[in-house]
Amino acid sequence: MSHGSNDHHHHGPDHHHHDHPELGWWRKYVFSTDHKVIGVWYAVTALVFLLLGFSLVMTMRWQLAYPGQPLPVIGALFSENVMPGGVMLPEFYNSLGAMHGTIMVFLGIVPLIVGGFGNYVMPLQIGAPDMAFPKINMASYWVYFVGGIVMLASFFAPGGAANSGWTSYTPLSVTATAGQTWWLIGMVFLITSSLLGSLNFIVTIIQLRANGLSFFRLPFFVWSQFVTAFLLLLAFPPLEAAAVLQLMDRVAGSSFFMPTGLVVSGVVQSYTGGGSPLLWQHLFWFLAHPEVYVLILPGMGMVAEVITSNTRKPLWGYRVMVYSLVFLGFMSFIVWAHHMFITGMGTRISAFFATTTMIISIPSVVILTALVITLYRSSIRYTVPMLFALAFLPMFAIGGLTGLPLGLPAADIQLHDTYYVIGHFHYVVAPGTIFAAFAGIYHWYPKVTGRSMNAALGKIHFWLSFIFINAVFTPMFFQGMAGVSRRLYDQTLYQHGVEVQGWTIMSSWGAWMLGLSQVPFILNFFLSMRAGRKVADNPWESTTLEWAAPSPPPHGNFATVPVVYRGPYEYSVPGTKRDFFPQHLTKAEA
Amino acid sequence: MSVAVLPHTVKPHPITGVYSGKLGTWLFLASEVMLFGALFSSYVLLRVGAPHEGPAAWPTHDQTHLSWKIGGLNTIVLIVSSVTMVMAWANLKMNKFAKGKMYLAATLGLAMTFIIVKLAFEYIPKFTHEPPYLPSTNNFFALYFTMTGLHGLHVLGGVIVIAYFLGPGSKLWHRDPEYFTNRIECTGLYWHFVDLVWIFLFPVLYLL
Repeated sequence: MSHGSNDHHHHGPDHHHHDHPELGWWRKYVFSTDHKVIGVWYAVTALVFLLLGFSLVMTMRWQLAYPGQPLPVIGALFSENVMPGGVMLPEFYNSLGAMHGTIMVFLGIVPLIVGGFGNYVMPLQIGAPDMAFPKINMASYWVYFVGGIVMLASFFAPGGAANSGWTSYTPLSVTATAGQTWWLIGMVFLITSSLLGSLNFIVTIIQLRANGLSFFRLPFFVWSQFVTAFLLLLAFPPLEAAAVLQLMDRVAGSSFFMPTGLVVSGVVQSYTGGGSPLLWQHLFWFLAHPEVYVLILPGMGMVAEVITSNTRKPLWGYRVMVYSLVFLGFMSFIVWAHHMFITGMGTRISAFFATTTMIISIPSVVILTALVITLYRSSIRYTVPMLFALAFLPMFAIGGLTGLPLGLPAADIQLHDTYYVIGHFHYVVAPGTIFAAFAGIYHWYPKVTGRSMNAALGKIHFWLSFIFINAVFTPMFFQGMAGVSRRLYDQTLYQHGVEVQGWTIMSSWGAWMLGLSQVPFILNFFLSMRAGRKVADNPWESTTLEWAAPSPPPHGNFATVPVVYRGPYEYSVPGTKRDFFPQHLTKAEA
Repeated sequence: MSVAVLPHTVKPHPITGVYSGKLGTWLFLASEVMLFGALFSSYVLLRVGAPHEGPAAWPTHDQTHLSWKIGGLNTIVLIVSSVTMVMAWANLKMNKFAKGKMYLAATLGLAMTFIIVKLAFEYIPKFTHEPPYLPSTNNFFALYFTMTGLHGLHVLGGVIVIAYFLGPGSKLWHRDPEYFTNRIECTGLYWHFVDLVWIFLFPVLYLL
């Protein structure tokens, strides 16, 4: 292993000793600049955060199902300040709710599917030795890590963690307890991290593709990461600006989001006023709607990879899918105010955003339809990743279609801020994106470790998760239709809530069983590292470039720099000996 | 086994025509446009929506206590610093290291002048005024301090980067002059952006 003299250049002038092939343990496995090590760190950290965010909600679900009753066993572990006698206080419930959303979105899913999968798989799929800026890549992870620590530390702030919802609506959030300040500072770290990551992804995809790998020969997953990176790059800064403004309101006493004459609990606030609470919502949703597509697009990319591998067919309508993806990315910047129909911003603005929202559903449907048509008349290999990918399709469809009524102002007035909304977007993100991520984990695990995960445990994990995740989220549609607000600490205080309390209990038991269903996955994940079946470099007989690298790929990825001769999904090509035609092989080699 | 070297770190990509660092800098600036764009949009919204009377009303020209002369001086300082930045890069491009460094030092000096003028003649007198002008005074001052403060942090960032390339970072020149010149080019792109933000801030805050 020897670094060429050019290697100095990207490492900068202050590291003279990189000629030595042997890096210390810390530099090799912890403070590494290798995209694969960083990707694994991202994925593992994000999975821990996902489990943590899920644990928060499993705790909340006890209060929802059995309001006012002490939480058995675990309740005793919490301090008396938040759960006296094991009964959750409303303030603590609010904190858990806000932090569940924050952790899941910003510390769990995005770091998993972008930071983890994007970092690990994308450079391999484009035949690059590493990301364009390896040090910035490392910085991106560590800034994310610090942001996560700040968020966790906020639980110990006076008054607990942020409790104004993951959306931090003003003026509530400005007058909230100290945890909100921690939340804002944590967000600034996370935004910085995603900025560093996203510009690295874009430059890598533009500059470091292997010879012959033109844009329309890119795997769909790379395309999804490319569009996602643009969304992160351009949508996050306004939230950073908003976070700075809210921080100013909280710390320096400005009135950006504070209206004149605000009264809280009968006390007139000392703010000068003249600010606009609605401004926060605009700035927040300007990020947070593209963020929804950040949550789903890489999932679609992963599902496309898994489906083509397991149907042995090219992706149906690849180009149309790419065009749809780009259009979707563009449109996602002009739909944000459909989250704000009931704020009274006016019917003309509502009409505009309702229209764009209806338009953006078209490319989503095109992509989903293309994925479904790919299945048509194929001989499907029902591997574990394929099961998750197949489940993704109807689950995402339910999530997407239930979103349409929310995009129409008339229907939204009834459904806004009810459990229906929770059901809708969790169908997109949980059995949608998280199932796609599971598909990705089972699919690429052999590449990362050189061993495959156990299929029997995988199938148990899949079927249990599939059943229980629906048990969690289907009831929410019925609760929402009955008009139950998503913010209630105890819905049985209202008659209309009492009538649908049965659904709440079902949902809670679903959540706890879903938690248990992850045990086979966690066991499988760790045990397979040592005990998994050793597999060859290309166990799924796939065509894209990552399978041309050794498993696990060494530092620098490819023994010889690959050259690409064809599109990404040349499966079952007539006249070839095998049913897959890897991108890097010439006709003669195949 | 040899580790593949990252391509296009110094030499431009034959098709895109840029080296990776430059593309990365442009993308970074795109995100910066969105950051400051959000702040300018907030300015518009808050000013349009401000009450007509009372303490929260938008201040008139004499109530803002901003001198266009000081602002104008700082505008000139930044514009000149952009010119010296270009001269630094152009000289390095022509292989004149000493002259390039001299212009880089001039840029650094001008950047620090900007910060000193900003603090000594604007920030500190406002804080020490009786009554003080603070972000809590009204939303004009809140925006003024937030926007110029964030811009000032960007200037400070530029100062640190330029100082680094004058000091320890300049060793790179002796190993790979082209790479060093590229880094100065990227620094310059950033610096012009910081300059440009001020060119928007000055009329919006001082003149309008």
